[in-house]
Amino acid sequence: MFGRLTIEALPLYSAIAMGGALIVVFGTLAVMAAITWMRAWGYLWREWFTSVDHKRIGAMYVILALIMLVRGFIDAIMMRTQQAIAVNSDGYLPPDHFDQIFSSHGTIMIFFMAMPFLTGLINLVMPQQIGARDVAFPYINAMSLWLTASGAALVMVSLVIGKFSTAGWTAYPPYSGIDYSPYVGVDYWVWAVLLSGIGSTLSGINFLVTIIRKRAPGMKLMFMPLFTWTTLCTSVLMAFAFPAVTVVGVLLELDRVAGMHFFTSGDGGNMMNFANLLWIWGHPEVYILILPAFGIYSHTVSTFSGRKLFGYTSLVWATCAIAILSFTVWLHHFFTMGSSANVNSAFGIATMIIAVPTGVKVYDWLFTLYRGRIRFTVPMLYTIAFIVTFVIGGVTGVLLAFPPADYLMHNSTFLVAHFHNMLIPGALFGYFAGLNYWFPKMFGFRLDERWGKRSFWCWVVGFYLAFMPLYMLGFMGMPRRMEHYDVAAWQPYLVVAFLGAVLILVGLTFTIVQIVVSVRRRAELRDPTGDPWNGRTLEWATASPPAPYNFAVIPTVTGRDAFWTMKADGTAWRRPARYEDILIPRNSAFGPLIGAIAFVLGFAAVWHMWWLVALSAVLAAIVVIIRSSNDDTDRLLPAAEVERIETAWLAEVAAAPRPVDEPARGVPSAALPGAAT
Amino acid sequence: MRISPPIRRCLAVAGAGALALGLAGCATSYAPILDPQGPVALGQRDIMFRAFGIMMIVVLPVFVLAAIFVWRYRASNAKARFEPEWESNGIDALTWIVPALIWATLAYHVWVYTHAFDPYKPLDPYVKPLEVQAVAQDWKWLFIYPEEGIASVNEIAFPAGRPVTFRITSDTVMNSFFIPALGSQIYAMAGMETRLNLLADRPGAFRGRNTQYSGDGFPDQHFAALSMTAEDFDAWVAKAKASGEGLDAAAYEALAKPSSKHPVTYYATVEPGLFGHIIARYDGAMAMTAMDHGGAAAE
Amino acid sequence: MSDAALPAGLEAEATAERIEDKAFGFWIYLMTDGVIFALLFATYVVMTVGTAGGPTGADLFNLTHTFGETMLLLVSSATFGMASVAAREGDRRAVLLWLVVTAALGVGFVIMEGLEFSGMIAQGAGPDRSGFLSAFFTLVGTHGAHVSVGILCILVMLAQIAARGLTPPVASRLFRLGLFWHFLDIVWIGIFSIVYLPGVL
Repeated sequence: MFGRLTIEALPLYSAIAMGGALIVVFGTLAVMAAITWMRAWGYLWREWFTSVDHKRIGAMYVILALIMLVRGFIDAIMMRTQQAIAVNSDGYLPPDHFDQIFSSHGTIMIFFMAMPFLTGLINLVMPQQIGARDVAFPYINAMSLWLTASGAALVMVSLVIGKFSTAGWTAYPPYSGIDYSPYVGVDYWVWAVLLSGIGSTLSGINFLVTIIRKRAPGMKLMFMPLFTWTTLCTSVLMAFAFPAVTVVGVLLELDRVAGMHFFTSGDGGNMMNFANLLWIWGHPEVYILILPAFGIYSHTVSTFSGRKLFGYTSLVWATCAIAILSFTVWLHHFFTMGSSANVNSAFGIATMIIAVPTGVKVYDWLFTLYRGRIRFTVPMLYTIAFIVTFVIGGVTGVLLAFPPADYLMHNSTFLVAHFHNMLIPGALFGYFAGLNYWFPKMFGFRLDERWGKRSFWCWVVGFYLAFMPLYMLGFMGMPRRMEHYDVAAWQPYLVVAFLGAVLILVGLTFTIVQIVVSVRRRAELRDPTGDPWNGRTLEWATASPPAPYNFAVIPTVTGRDAFWTMKADGTAWRRPARYEDILIPRNSAFGPLIGAIAFVLGFAAVWHMWWLVALSAVLAAIVVIIRSSNDDTDRLLPAAEVERIETAWLAEVAAAPRPVDEPARGVPSAALPGAAT
Repeated sequence: MRISPPIRRCLAVAGAGALALGLAGCATSYAPILDPQGPVALGQRDIMFRAFGIMMIVVLPVFVLAAIFVWRYRASNAKARFEPEWESNGIDALTWIVPALIWATLAYHVWVYTHAFDPYKPLDPYVKPLEVQAVAQDWKWLFIYPEEGIASVNEIAFPAGRPVTFRITSDTVMNSFFIPALGSQIYAMAGMETRLNLLADRPGAFRGRNTQYSGDGFPDQHFAALSMTAEDFDAWVAKAKASGEGLDAAAYEALAKPSSKHPVTYYATVEPGLFGHIIARYDGAMAMTAMDHGGAAAE
Repeated sequence: MSDAALPAGLEAEATAERIEDKAFGFWIYLMTDGVIFALLFATYVVMTVGTAGGPTGADLFNLTHTFGETMLLLVSSATFGMASVAAREGDRRAVLLWLVVTAALGVGFVIMEGLEFSGMIAQGAGPDRSGFLSAFFTLVGTHGAHVSVGILCILVMLAQIAARGLTPPVASRLFRLGLFWHFLDIVWIGIFSIVYLPGVL
């Protein structure tokens, strides 16, 4: 009945694990109690959980990402604490627990923090940037969100029931095979990755179709905003790279459950095939994570320099080049597997080509600053910190692409420092910049700048403190994933890294404070015009938050920076001759239902409750069939209702003062909100 | 920009930390990668330094320009020129050409040095290297000296100045064999053999280890790598021979069971062909080589 | 909010656009599914040497049987084509008839594959015997699972066509299902020429 699930699965083996479990359980209960107390279940269900509006789905993705960021960061600081004290001692974490922590840290940060963060921002912004009313497939969009959430829920549940994988976020066999990891940890990893991976593949297809088919009239490909371009490339990678992780997860699970021999030692298995399949997904994945951030930086640097983006065409081609090249370099993740010098150098050289378009991008952003008027807002601070810090990671990346250097640095903390250098200042700072930049679009008010800046400084300084010592430790021969060590010379560096983690903790706390403070000051921080930063692209042409249909009248685009042109021409915020009826998709319980079923299916599979797996698979099929047989999915927003919404907003625009952060000069007065009626 | 008091405190802590780091670095740092003890590690470190230097051509201007542009074009600076439409095809072209040239230079180096430091390549074709067979186990290393007929656990010795050729496999999950002071790591995989050629310039005691996470005992899975004079090496072999223990199939099975912090052990005799048997036990029919490196199949 | 009466023109326009979006999206989905099959093919090719002393393709494959499967699938593709032609002509009865024939051929294929698999497992050549057989069962089985899903979809289509007739959304679903069905045919040709033929020759 319960498969291999017994009372033993509760984390009674360690006080710390028990504490983690209790935090998860009581945290969840507290949130649910709060919602009940506020009688918000009905509102949340009707307006949010069942919503198929891309903006709401985007916001839910971002909230999921922020929650998982906290969880992933707790893992990180626990590891840093352990390594800071565990010299010639066992520290406070037993190996089995430490190993779960580094595995869940990586898995969470990649699959359940970065992926939802970028998918959320894309959802929020991209359809508005191309002048669309929604993504192409709103219901699939909801399904993607809830599949991702169900994967994240599986990882969280593993804290309470059973254990998580100890095989690292890459789960290399044969260690992750049934002989060496017989318990449920790796199964949790596989099912969490599979569920969210399917969600990501579907998101990729969805965004791709949206960008190709849903652009406003006149928006040629080379008129598209940079974030839309990077989304396009990321979507291609999501659609075509994520199937590889699906395959690798399924094959690993077949090895574990059905006794197959894909990756076993002996019996014809081949563990090297796992490395190849995993990184055929894994290398494009790092560009999936970073390309949207590149898009965000392109907008923030241009908006807050008050000038057009330097080298738009170069940036577009560089983005495409990176996307294509990302499929050709996977072998550099295992130069030390014994490939011939020809193969290793070919992949090393291919890897380094990526540095060329990336270098182009860095210089294009730099020259966007040139002869601009730089406003040091929070998004801009993240952008500047990114430009400077990212090149350090680029340099160490090119060093690691040298096979002979990789023979020295592989598996060391130097590698850990390198990819955190790409993923924190590269990707995460970009998401933070995007969050601060587009937050008003999400909720209608800006984020508090002071707390944002405090948080920013802690993140940046904390990053340097936490990871620069790791570069040095790599030179000192320290491997990654060390639960304890006996080289006293490493400890000072690890203590500094720990202090860096503490500073990042402060930064993370300030980020949360920033959100709380902003919610409390929301009246003051309100964005009445929809264009709080004097923006250039179409997402600023809508209200904040936008009406369900985004644009009452789909704009016609004549060039790049479409909204900037509209403001210069005086056609922004203009009332159309007449409003029309608009169809919008009706809310549906389909998404959360599929997510819930997927969660049950994954949980049952982890614990070998095969009857429940079969039952939930049948249920899922029935739900999908019912949903796909439904041809009546739209509801009508009558022209009169559209007119009412639009008139109220335009009146606010007319009455609005100039944006707070607007410099007094350099912008044609006709372009300012309030001057356009 | 005005910096608020809590931030100032954070910065002060950070500065103190960085200072402490620098002092600690001067006082106690032992960085085998930066202080190579053999030609392989030396060459690999130097190519890293050279690549680093070449990249500074494009990297340093980023730091300089970023500082200058951010300062000069701050919104509060009324004197700075403001040209929101400014573009430059020349600079645009340069941003492609310069990195591309650097890429070409680096690519040349990659090709040459990857071949020069191919771990499979003998270091000196005129000198017969010392052969050591290394077997990764949970969580220790077994070293077999086929010519000397001895074996050791968690300690290897070799004469300084003489090339050592390692034949490496695993009797457990994937491991990675690495002596940082001598350079070049390579994976150890069950049912397969990988190779590595190293050389120590001078006598010395180094540390080697598995760098690929392999389970609970992973942190302690290190060994002593002793480079010694020819006489000392002979004495070391003699010491192993005098240990009286033999490594036959039964002794091997006992040794292969998982254990942490296994003490250094010597074996006076080794069952012939043991290394081949360890590989073959994973696969009768599938003579597999590590990736495409031909000729390293299981025997 | 009452939405009983959506304006017909607006609704038709939205439906038409949605159908084109879905056709394009479905092509991309097929490409992603193609990536899955490509990786399974690659894995199979890598693992053909991993027989671990067990049976090889030459010992196990029966080309006559495989030829029978191939015929069933190819003919089913043709009958699906007939259904598509009938759909274009608006002949609801013919569509239903051809779809039933297609589904029956598909079921025949799945049964033949099941017989092949159970026969192999009975002689000790199951997917847990060797890496080669794991790859074989997974590749061919994944295709078979796709065919089974396709049959299920045909049944759903039958119900929709019977209940609603060939409305634009229903007809568009039939079109996409046709793409899926022909795609599986192409994958099968790959399986035939990469798995069975070299295995026997």
